[in-house]
Amino acid sequence: MHTIYEKPKSFIDTPTHFCPGCGHGIVLRMIAEIIDAWGIRGKTIGLAPVGCAVLAYNYLDIDMCEAAHGRPPAVATGIKRVHPDHVVFAYQGDGDLAAIGTAEIIHAANRGENITFIFVNNAVYGMTSGQMAPTTLLRQKTVTTPSGRDPINSGHPIRVCELLAVLDGSSYLERVSLSSPENIRKTKKAIEKGFKTQMEKKGFSLIEILSPCPIYWRMDANEAMKYIDEEMTRTFPLGVVKDWEHKN
Amino acid sequence: MKDRLPGGISIMKQLLTGNEAAAEAAIQAGCRYYYGYPITPQNELINYMSTRMPEVGGAFIQAESEIAAISMVHGSAAAGGRAMTSSSSPGISLKQEGISYLAGSELPCVIVNIQRGGPGLGDISASQADYFQAVKGGGHGDYHTIVLAPCSVQEMADLVYDAFDLADKYRNPVIILGDAQVGQLMEPVEFHKKPKKNLPAKSWALTGAEGRKKNVIKSFYPVKGQLEEFNAHLQRKYRTIEEHEVRYEAINIHKADVILVAYGTSARICKEVVKKSQQYKFKVGMVRPVTLWPFPKEIIRKVSERVECILTVEMSAGQMVEDVKLAVEGRCPVHFYGRTGGGVPTSLEIIRKIVEIVPDNRAANTLLQLAAVK
Repeated sequence: MHTIYEKPKSFIDTPTHFCPGCGHGIVLRMIAEIIDAWGIRGKTIGLAPVGCAVLAYNYLDIDMCEAAHGRPPAVATGIKRVHPDHVVFAYQGDGDLAAIGTAEIIHAANRGENITFIFVNNAVYGMTSGQMAPTTLLRQKTVTTPSGRDPINSGHPIRVCELLAVLDGSSYLERVSLSSPENIRKTKKAIEKGFKTQMEKKGFSLIEILSPCPIYWRMDANEAMKYIDEEMTRTFPLGVVKDWEHKN
Repeated sequence: MKDRLPGGISIMKQLLTGNEAAAEAAIQAGCRYYYGYPITPQNELINYMSTRMPEVGGAFIQAESEIAAISMVHGSAAAGGRAMTSSSSPGISLKQEGISYLAGSELPCVIVNIQRGGPGLGDISASQADYFQAVKGGGHGDYHTIVLAPCSVQEMADLVYDAFDLADKYRNPVIILGDAQVGQLMEPVEFHKKPKKNLPAKSWALTGAEGRKKNVIKSFYPVKGQLEEFNAHLQRKYRTIEEHEVRYEAINIHKADVILVAYGTSARICKEVVKKSQQYKFKVGMVRPVTLWPFPKEIIRKVSERVECILTVEMSAGQMVEDVKLAVEGRCPVHFYGRTGGGVPTSLEIIRKIVEIVPDNRAANTLLQLAAVK
């Protein structure tokens, strides 16, 4: 019999703590698929942050390190200095990467750290019950913006890829989404490109993934996918923001 | 080659500041990962590392913040490297998040604190006001770092070297608690080649899980009961360290009427007082803790059974004195003399304090003469 679909070997067979309709499981699975397909389990080290992705090390069967909230870029830098030829990636959410860890991600990009960052943007703090994230859309309701995000009090959504693009140290930046099978395939290609960037020592790569959080968006799974396409992408347009292979 | 000059001076000696000696000792101990952020009075250390680390093929990064620097140490330690960071008081406050994670992840590393005056921005002169922060944990959670307190440039070199072994032996962060005097003072120093210790292999380190089960470095135990079990393990480790790693210097404790307890720069001044007192009937002895944690309680308890009183001298408003009192448990009076905000106690001030606290005037007669000589 021909196997057409199976669990990646680097993906541990265990129930996850993710809520129904969450995008994290899709992204972690794709990372495991790439590690298997490329045979790099023995030279890959991952970083798990604080937030919804905190337990990533329970799902990926590779060496992994915890980092304090926002610090994965700095911890990853320390790991990469010890193992410059390993594939080091950090898996971070929007609060981790774009609020409490803003300094760390900007300076990792500025140093051109040869590390891949998987940035899951679901526009909300999921782990702590749905507060505003730095990427929360204007007028989006969260538990800490009950009347919708008002820029006068709460600022504007941060476009991380565009922010990092102005730094000479960043090499590959792309924004993708999980809203459809086609977009998921594009996301996997982008993660592959990020790993390739690192393995060819081309420098800093970050893939921003627009990911659904139906529980804290207060909608069903289908509505959440629609929300990504119709609302999120208006603030966060999909596409390559910077690419070392195609310099403008 | 002759290794001594006339007069017995070793030609291997170099004239270095305490900060530079700490950096060189780290290199010689095999530290190949240094991450720092500029702050006075520890700048000679980061400056030295920026040229020396590339010479030995190691990594040097001037980090974007103290928090990033300690987090980079976290990464390199997790990956199995010998890693260090250094700073001074306000910067060490920022590093507390990382230190708690390092302790909770059982990662070995060395953190140098060249203390300056506080609280807040304080000043840049010598202080010992970070004692509580260093020995009682500093960050959140039930943890201890091993704390070593050098009082000379040579001892700075020796203790930094040992710190890496202690860190690896116990999988625990080690803090070198210096101050602006010990950090910026220049003295001759010799780097002794020490025999390699038989330390446990780092089978837990992140190296890529080639041909083995994965390794995970973490401090998160969300399942009920797991964290309590882990904390019990940490506490057992701390008891082992307390049992085996206490270090102190005891001077003239057997004939002493009064015992001074001081560490670091304060101890240098106290030594002067002890030396002067030997010519007189009234004797002053001294216990100088070298490990501030684990604290040398046993020797302090022992001397407290014989002496009239103990005087703790610090460049703080009174921090270590609490641990001295805990060790003494009321067996004899424990007094305190301290200066804060960059003030350094003089031997005359200490002598005056001894005269004030000794129950009769034996001390007054002899020690005041001494003070008069001064």
